[in-house]
Amino acid sequence: MSGPRRPLPGWIDIGLIPLANVLLAFFVAGLIVLAIGANPLEAVRIMLVGALGYPEAIGYTLYYTTNFIFTGLAVAIAFHAGLFNIGGEGQAYIGGLGVGLTVLALDASIPPVLLIPLAILAAAAFGAAWAAVPGYLQAYRGSHIVITTIMFNFIAAALMVYLMVNVLIAPGSMSPESREFAVGHLPFVHEMLGRIGFVMGPTPLNLSILGAALCCVLVWAFLWRTPWGYELRALGHNPSAAVYAGVNPRRMIVLAMALSGALAGFVGVNEVIGVHHRLILNFTAGYGFTGIAVALMGRSHPVGIVLASLLFGILHQGGAELAFEIPTITREMVVVIQGLVILFSGALAHLSRPWFERAFSAIPALRPAAAADAKGA
Amino acid sequence: MSPASAVVASTLTPEGVAPPAIELRSIDKSFGPVHANCDVSLSIAKGSITGIIGENGAGKSTLMSILYGLYTADGGEIRIGGELAHIRNPHDAITAGIGMVHQHFMLVDTFTVLENVALGVEQGAILKRGFAAARRELERLAHEYGLRVDPDAIVGELPVGDQQRVEILKALYRGATVLILDEPTAVLTPQETDQLFCILEALKTRGTTVILITHKLREIMAVTDAVYVMRHGRIVARRRTAETGREELAELMVGRKVRLNLQKTTFTPGAPALVVEGVGLRDSRGVKVLEDINFTVRAGEIVGIAGVSGNGQSELLEVLAGIRPLKAGRIIVGGREITPGSPADPAAMRTLGVGHVPEDRHRYGMVGAFNACETSILGYHNETPFRKRCLHDHAIMADHCASLMERYDVRPRQPYLKSANFSGGNQQKLILARELARQPKILLVGQPTRGVDIGAIEFINRQLIAIRDAGCAILLVSVELDEVMSLADRILVMYGGRIVGEVPGDTADERTLGLMMTNSWPGVARPDATAMS
Repeated sequence: MSGPRRPLPGWIDIGLIPLANVLLAFFVAGLIVLAIGANPLEAVRIMLVGALGYPEAIGYTLYYTTNFIFTGLAVAIAFHAGLFNIGGEGQAYIGGLGVGLTVLALDASIPPVLLIPLAILAAAAFGAAWAAVPGYLQAYRGSHIVITTIMFNFIAAALMVYLMVNVLIAPGSMSPESREFAVGHLPFVHEMLGRIGFVMGPTPLNLSILGAALCCVLVWAFLWRTPWGYELRALGHNPSAAVYAGVNPRRMIVLAMALSGALAGFVGVNEVIGVHHRLILNFTAGYGFTGIAVALMGRSHPVGIVLASLLFGILHQGGAELAFEIPTITREMVVVIQGLVILFSGALAHLSRPWFERAFSAIPALRPAAAADAKGA
Repeated sequence: MSPASAVVASTLTPEGVAPPAIELRSIDKSFGPVHANCDVSLSIAKGSITGIIGENGAGKSTLMSILYGLYTADGGEIRIGGELAHIRNPHDAITAGIGMVHQHFMLVDTFTVLENVALGVEQGAILKRGFAAARRELERLAHEYGLRVDPDAIVGELPVGDQQRVEILKALYRGATVLILDEPTAVLTPQETDQLFCILEALKTRGTTVILITHKLREIMAVTDAVYVMRHGRIVARRRTAETGREELAELMVGRKVRLNLQKTTFTPGAPALVVEGVGLRDSRGVKVLEDINFTVRAGEIVGIAGVSGNGQSELLEVLAGIRPLKAGRIIVGGREITPGSPADPAAMRTLGVGHVPEDRHRYGMVGAFNACETSILGYHNETPFRKRCLHDHAIMADHCASLMERYDVRPRQPYLKSANFSGGNQQKLILARELARQPKILLVGQPTRGVDIGAIEFINRQLIAIRDAGCAILLVSVELDEVMSLADRILVMYGGRIVGEVPGDTADERTLGLMMTNSWPGVARPDATAMS
């Protein structure tokens, strides 16, 4: 039998422990790198330089970060309502479909100033609708949300293949892609910087990153400053108390899933009108799943999600460079490193906690803080 | 704590004087910064009944968990029959002859009594042979201690009192000579409690040592030989039961004088505030949980509902609060008629002036992860002044919470502390404060003092009487008969989902209520009670 979990001060709980978990993951990854005969320190250097060493690297890193913020926020908002949304991948895909359909239908008739906001709204609406269906099934029919959201990923993938191959394919094209959009591209960051005299090579980083930042603020304000966010969190932490407080749990489940899906749908904005400027297959590339790890690591708080997204952006971009630079380290090896980070900061998040607890109670200098905490308890 | 010192200690015991059955010396236990047991020493004579009393959080349960091997002490030693014992897990404790009956029974509901008793000590792979031996042993124990239970009955179908006997039998079957009972009467009727005490007396006369953990002073006085009082993790007093009284023990527990009898003003009821007519309810399996409930609560009146827990009181409160939808009958409240066709959810009930202090505060009354100022508006979070259009005004919420904490003495006074980090009594005071702050016309109160220490009980009861005097209609549900009898102006008794009797508060006595609660009262107080039997 283990005793009750001891209270630790916030800076250890949300600062030191996640950091230790990431370092632990890198340590184990380093052992593996060593085992295949490469130099781990050299690998770390290549990764960091590849992800942060020059403007283009930073551009790519932030582009990935943008997607991770959207999907991380999506998973987090569902977490706060006590729902495990595994369907970010499908919701992002369908959100992108919404963007594509809007622009394909209207790019000849509407100026970009109107088209872009419409496309963004379509991303949110399509993503929300795709997530609201599992939400409805959970709330009114008791189908487990984990199962239904996973299934909806497959349905979304199959639907997109069908549409791209049979309906939306550009006439005369051999690959399943739509025609390129005439207008409605989000400006690239390297273009905007170029205009003010800062020269930088082209990267996929575009204006969506500001949208991601805005979403962080809005999600925070929604969860902790509005009555609906209050009700959503009450439902997530204690469904019975939420009912006691007059919350309709079914409506709230559908609402939470719709918001979650809308956030995931914004990945479609970044990809479709931000980067590719046409509808293609598989533009979601696993961002929806990584969002789960991002939300877990970021403790479902926007600030944590930004930090976790940055880390995963660095791993994604730096990992690609690493695979390129050191031939023995393959792309799959990079996936192993990412997997270790997810393992240690998600599934094994409390692995190092007892060590910190012991260290904390052993260091007398920290005791007065502990006593104050106890009085509070 | 070396083995050598243990030998010395046991040889030092004077010849002819039996060593105590259990001796604890300087037991120390901390959970992180919380010092749950601090230098606790006690000695329990063989064949005696010893009570350990204290407020919630005083460290009684921790101490017994150490003795039973659920926790390991940080320091100190345990001696059993004068010998130093190392108890690292419950198995060690059982081997040393210690048995424990937990507050929440550890029984497999779908097994028979015999199977439950033999579980874990089946004596070999062939069940049949072991069961035959167990059956003989059960018969012997039943005969010797008056612990009669049908060995082939399914445990889940037995009344709670019988289930408790199965727990005691389990301990005795494993050779327990020391029996620890943790709050054994919390779930029992007064009659079942008396039967339990007879069993304890029988155990005592045959040499079993009994340790009784409780916060009910009446039980201590009725059955124990000696009593230890714990406060803040320490033993503060040891008394022979014959030489002490309830007042002294209460004072020792709390550390100051406590008024045990409430001063109640005279009862001047006004117009009906809550009318309940023909309310019925079935659970998900179609079993009747409530049947034909009729009563009225008038303004300025406390109506108490007494009953053994699980007889429909909880469901009645949930229906009246709007948590469970009304399925039959009607409720008239705040000038509105609520029927199955026009239901009211908890938010609607609040706008009709119904406040609700729920029975289970952790399940309904608060969100543990919310800070106190968020919990202090739960249910009123869409109302002014907390909500300004689309946003919550956190400054107003914090002020509101601080003023509630001040008026109801919630400690610590930290509006941003997580609700789960307050003690039970302070959580309850915060919930009560929240509900009373909106000046409800009708207040539904379930178990207002469950898990609350004596000092806070007194305070909460005074608050309830004060709002009654201010004209609030109160429906009080409690399994503590003392509480219902001292607070209620009228008492309704529930059994099997029906109201089986009504007694005026000032003439109620425990025996009558107890018989009504078990539906064995011959004098019929209400016509519909005849239909029951």
